[in-house]
Amino acid sequence: MISITDIMTVAPEIFMLTMACLILVLDTFSNDPQRRLTYYLSQLTLVVTAVLVSQLSPEQTAYAFGNSYIDDGMATVLKEGVFIIGFFAFLYSHEYLKEHGWLKGEYFVLGLFAILGEMILISAYSLLTVYLGLELLSLSLYAMVAMHRKSTAASEAAMKYFVLGAMASGMLLYGMSMIYGVTGSLQLETIATTIENDTSNILLVFGLVFVLVGIAFKLGAVPFHMWVPDVYQGSPTCVTLFLASAPKLAAFAMAMRLLVDGLQPMLDNWQQMLIILSILSMATGNIVAISQTNIKRMLAYSAIAHIGFLLLGLLSGTASGYAGSMFYVIIYALMSMGAFGMVILLGRKDFEADELAHFKGLSDRSPWFAFMMLILMFSMAGVPPFLGFWAKWFVLKELVDAGFVWLAATAVFFSIIGVYYYLHVIKLMYFDKADSMTAIKASKQMRFALSVNGLALLILGLMPGALLAICISVMSIAA
Amino acid sequence: MIEQTVFYIFSALLLMSAGLMITVRNPVFAALFLILTFFSSSAIWLLLEAEFLAITLVVVYVGAVMVLFMFVVMMLDINLSAMREGFAKYLPIGVLVAILMALSMGLVINAGEFGLVSDSIQRHSADYSNTSELGLALYTNYLYPFEIAGAILLVAIIAAIALTMRSPRSTKTQKPGNQVAVKSTDRLRIVKMKVEKPADDPEEVSKKDSEVTTVVKESP
Repeated sequence: MISITDIMTVAPEIFMLTMACLILVLDTFSNDPQRRLTYYLSQLTLVVTAVLVSQLSPEQTAYAFGNSYIDDGMATVLKEGVFIIGFFAFLYSHEYLKEHGWLKGEYFVLGLFAILGEMILISAYSLLTVYLGLELLSLSLYAMVAMHRKSTAASEAAMKYFVLGAMASGMLLYGMSMIYGVTGSLQLETIATTIENDTSNILLVFGLVFVLVGIAFKLGAVPFHMWVPDVYQGSPTCVTLFLASAPKLAAFAMAMRLLVDGLQPMLDNWQQMLIILSILSMATGNIVAISQTNIKRMLAYSAIAHIGFLLLGLLSGTASGYAGSMFYVIIYALMSMGAFGMVILLGRKDFEADELAHFKGLSDRSPWFAFMMLILMFSMAGVPPFLGFWAKWFVLKELVDAGFVWLAATAVFFSIIGVYYYLHVIKLMYFDKADSMTAIKASKQMRFALSVNGLALLILGLMPGALLAICISVMSIAA
Repeated sequence: MIEQTVFYIFSALLLMSAGLMITVRNPVFAALFLILTFFSSSAIWLLLEAEFLAITLVVVYVGAVMVLFMFVVMMLDINLSAMREGFAKYLPIGVLVAILMALSMGLVINAGEFGLVSDSIQRHSADYSNTSELGLALYTNYLYPFEIAGAILLVAIIAAIALTMRSPRSTKTQKPGNQVAVKSTDRLRIVKMKVEKPADDPEEVSKKDSEVTTVVKESP
């Protein structure tokens, strides 16, 4: 039976859904070409939901609807991350869509539904809710990629994303059905207790492999990364920004829920698979990124490499390792958002600044934004004292503590290769002559948001303790 | 005993109508046989105490989907001879798929290899309502997933409309006001040109002669 506490626990999700439907209806009555009402209401929804989540966050882990929903520390932190990133992503998107002239209210509604999907995925505690949350998120993203109908590249990207995404969902579902067949339960906790004593069942191992394939696809780990470069490059930049940031937090939560909460007894099995995925991702991502001339494509390969690093923390199998991964994914989402924000900033109507050459001589055109890009690139490369360094450092420390010294050495090796292409961007900005000295035209909000985004990486990098402490505390409670 | 007899009658009806559905030549008859197939399988579901599924099958498939199907079959002019082509060509693949499916069905029925749980169906008395049980489960423990599924369908609708709807501006309607107010200079531009010298080649000459010295430009 459902009680009022069940309803109260999922109040943020209910509020989000209600507001998304309300905005959908209000938007149809709006004639405003700038869609101000839709945009401000969407932002307001994000802010209010963020407040609701922080206010309703329970002291102890709360469950609702027969253990299909969980509200723990990890859920609260990741959800707040999703709201902050979603807020910035909407801001950048609004500027981009206005400038490029295809602003539609549905964009924000679909964005809200995607964020709702992320919330559901983060709080999912049964196979059913994991799957449904993932589908809600993916469906909204497919539609957002395809939304710019005049662009053939976007249609192609949407097609690839949709077909491959549907296949990955199928794989995930197939694996889930096998796990359900063995354990007879959809609840992750029951699954973990059922398989605690016997993990040798061959069907269970098959189920794990298929589930892992699904997770690897959604994260974009090699060899399930084929969609990442094409989708990142083909999508309109604001959509790339949207799908390269917050959904990574949700995908990380999905991996945590399925592998750690549900299949923790099979740690030995999935640890080996994650090692292979992780090494392949770091190698492919870092090496292939070097030869890219398109910055969106380069950042896509960089995303693959970062995902490889993220998996390192997961596979260490300790609570602090998970905390390291969580720290990493939040920081990665921030950096990725900033980098795509820069691509949006340099673009204007009928022109996407998505080639590396467009960054030539940026320091002459705008010293401040060249400096912001410098922070972003240094942070992604993992140069101290920027935030990206602490993320890498903490994951590596946990990896060494867990006894994987050789793996940590491999990770450092590939990171050093990766530094090359980040530094290449900085070289282009500071040492090359610009092809055209067109002044950068951007609104105050856009300039402000990007500056906040860049400076956050610098300031948090100088004092990474607070965020790290939060990640560690929520993970040690969970484990 | 009676139950078994009923089961065999409906199974025979099901197999027969399914077979006829794919062999009969008239598409309208085929659709009608499909309806009969649905009816017989819903009767078998009733025997399994799955009343809700049986009702939904009749209401949704027979009532809505099949009616649409009949409309389509009757309204479209389907070339039957083209559809029957290549039967022999695809026969081996079809047989192969059929054998594979039969094999996997056999494996599922004899499952036990994987150590799966296999319970026999629990029998209930006549006053037990499968529909209300489903409703209870769906609106209590499964309320959350049920609502998410609803949200997913809503997203599908929004996405479909957002991706296919065209704004009124791009529709090609005529505006009578503009048509009446049009001036000749909007449609036709007369360009003064020098007379070109005739070339030596006789073919060139005839081509040049046929050219008109006005360039017509349609206003957009």
